Amino acid sequence: MAIPLSYNIRNLKLRKGATVMTALGIALTVTIAIFIMALLAGLRDAFATSGEPTNVLVLRKGSNSELAAGGVEREAMQTLKDLPGIAKDSKGDTMISGETILVLVLPRKDGTGETNVTMRFLSPMGLEMRPGVKIMAGRWFTPGQREVVVSKSIHERFSQSNIGDTMFFGKGYWTVVGIFDSGGSAHESEIWADINQIASDLDRTQYSSVLMRATNAETAAALKNRVSDDQRLKLNGMLESEYYAQQTSTGTPIKIVGWAVAIIMAVGSIAAAMNTMYAAVAYRAREIATLRVIGFSRPSILTSFVFESLCLALLGALVGIVLMLPFNGMTTGTSNPVTFSEAVFRLRMTPSVISNALIFAGIMGFLGGLLPAWQASRRNILNALRD
Amino acid sequence: MSTATVPRTATQTKVVQARNVSKVFKRDAFEVKALDDVSIEIGAGEFLALMGPSGSGKTTLLNMIAAIDRPTSGELLVLGDNIFRFSDGQSARWRNEHIGYVFQTFNLIPVLTAFENVELPLLLTKLSAQQRRDHVMTALKLVGLEDRVNHLPKQLSGGQEQRVAIARAIVSDPTLLLADEPTGDLDSHSATEVLDILKRLNEDSHKTVVMVTHDPHAASYAHVTRHLEKGMLLPPA
Repeated sequence: MAIPLSYNIRNLKLRKGATVMTALGIALTVTIAIFIMALLAGLRDAFATSGEPTNVLVLRKGSNSELAAGGVEREAMQTLKDLPGIAKDSKGDTMISGETILVLVLPRKDGTGETNVTMRFLSPMGLEMRPGVKIMAGRWFTPGQREVVVSKSIHERFSQSNIGDTMFFGKGYWTVVGIFDSGGSAHESEIWADINQIASDLDRTQYSSVLMRATNAETAAALKNRVSDDQRLKLNGMLESEYYAQQTSTGTPIKIVGWAVAIIMAVGSIAAAMNTMYAAVAYRAREIATLRVIGFSRPSILTSFVFESLCLALLGALVGIVLMLPFNGMTTGTSNPVTFSEAVFRLRMTPSVISNALIFAGIMGFLGGLLPAWQASRRNILNALRD
Repeated sequence: MSTATVPRTATQTKVVQARNVSKVFKRDAFEVKALDDVSIEIGAGEFLALMGPSGSGKTTLLNMIAAIDRPTSGELLVLGDNIFRFSDGQSARWRNEHIGYVFQTFNLIPVLTAFENVELPLLLTKLSAQQRRDHVMTALKLVGLEDRVNHLPKQLSGGQEQRVAIARAIVSDPTLLLADEPTGDLDSHSATEVLDILKRLNEDSHKTVVMVTHDPHAASYAHVTRHLEKGMLLPPA
């Protein structure tokens, strides 16, 4: 059996000042790491969970964004409707929705300026094809009316997005009549309105994209290939879930900058942990020698001090996790290079984020404790007894 | 460990056999001879006091018997084992099994209770928790501290701390008990208590005791007293 764990834990308690200061340093680093991981998890969640597995999104060939120039001509819509494998709803209507994406500039509620917000114009069939999106206050827009519904996040973060507010767009003012909850998907960054009203306002003959519902997942794969392979259409089909998954690259700048900061801070925390552990080893030289005389081996001493450093790091990690808990679920946004508008998402402290934070802290503790522990285990017994 | 072991039958009555043991410490350009050609035999069940002035090599010899230090030349068999052929890990295991060491400054672990301090050597054995508990309580009873089980070292007097240290030294039932100035930091009353315990362990439990001391009163508890001077063992009086 190894040196009892209580020996290390009580020693950490004994050196309260050094323990607390080192743990706080580690906590700060862990907080930054959790913040980055929670941001990325939220972003990933928003995009990766968006899109029905049986929905096929159709864009102009060569385009990878609904917002890109050009789109799907209205005539092509009829050809798409006739393709085999498209599902029909309970009323027997073909489940296909031509949609238009535009960008609206809205001021932020917190007074930090204005930013682009995505507006999606769609038909009632488009609503039916997204069963995960629910109205949580007010009602859906009425076709043929200048009415919009805003997402919960847009409502929380932007002005002019309360029920009854109006926003100027196209040829007139559009009234907010409802707030929807998309369950954290990419639609959380959008405002929805009627496609026919905007087509009439702007005299548009093209859709930005067309969404089709296949009868099942296998048919969806065949349908997207059929669209892409049809030389007459000059369109590109892809699964809706694939389209959103590729937008997770939005988080790349956050990932690079965030982890660079976290790693620099981690180096500082490792140095602090190392300093604390070197002090502990020097202070307890005689204790270590006594343990060696009693019969504890060098590996036992090494393990014991590495464990002590790990405990220190774990304490820091727990403090860091607790410090970050109030921010769990907080709504934030980042610029989406695909839609040129703000991608709104929530910080998500998932079990994976927490376990990764613990592993990150563990690595700091291990690296900070290894050299002092090695020194403790290699110390000459007689010299240490004389200290 | 077998390569370093000689047959027990040949040496079973001699716990320690030192032949021409020398130890030279190098300090900068100087060489200090801590032990100079020391030869001594200590029999099983003996209580030996090693006396001599500071720097005479008493503690050096004791540390060699405990396999903490190595001679520069000569041969030293302890319990029939040529302990200097052991690896570091083998030495540690051997000490745990055969040696009980009592320090002048007690060397208890400050954050552990009396019980936990005494239990330390048993953590290296295969005893169950209940067996360890029984052994610890027996050792603490033997030194009269069964009512101080949950006390931390700082809550004990110097004499009590040394008694806990003795309990820690004997809890694994070692053959050889080594004590380095065990009464050096104690008042006379506590010193007498500690010496009485060592004597009882020698007489009742047949432990071989080697004690380093400056104190002639302490040495009077031993069967045999040997003197060291400038690293040389003086002939028996």
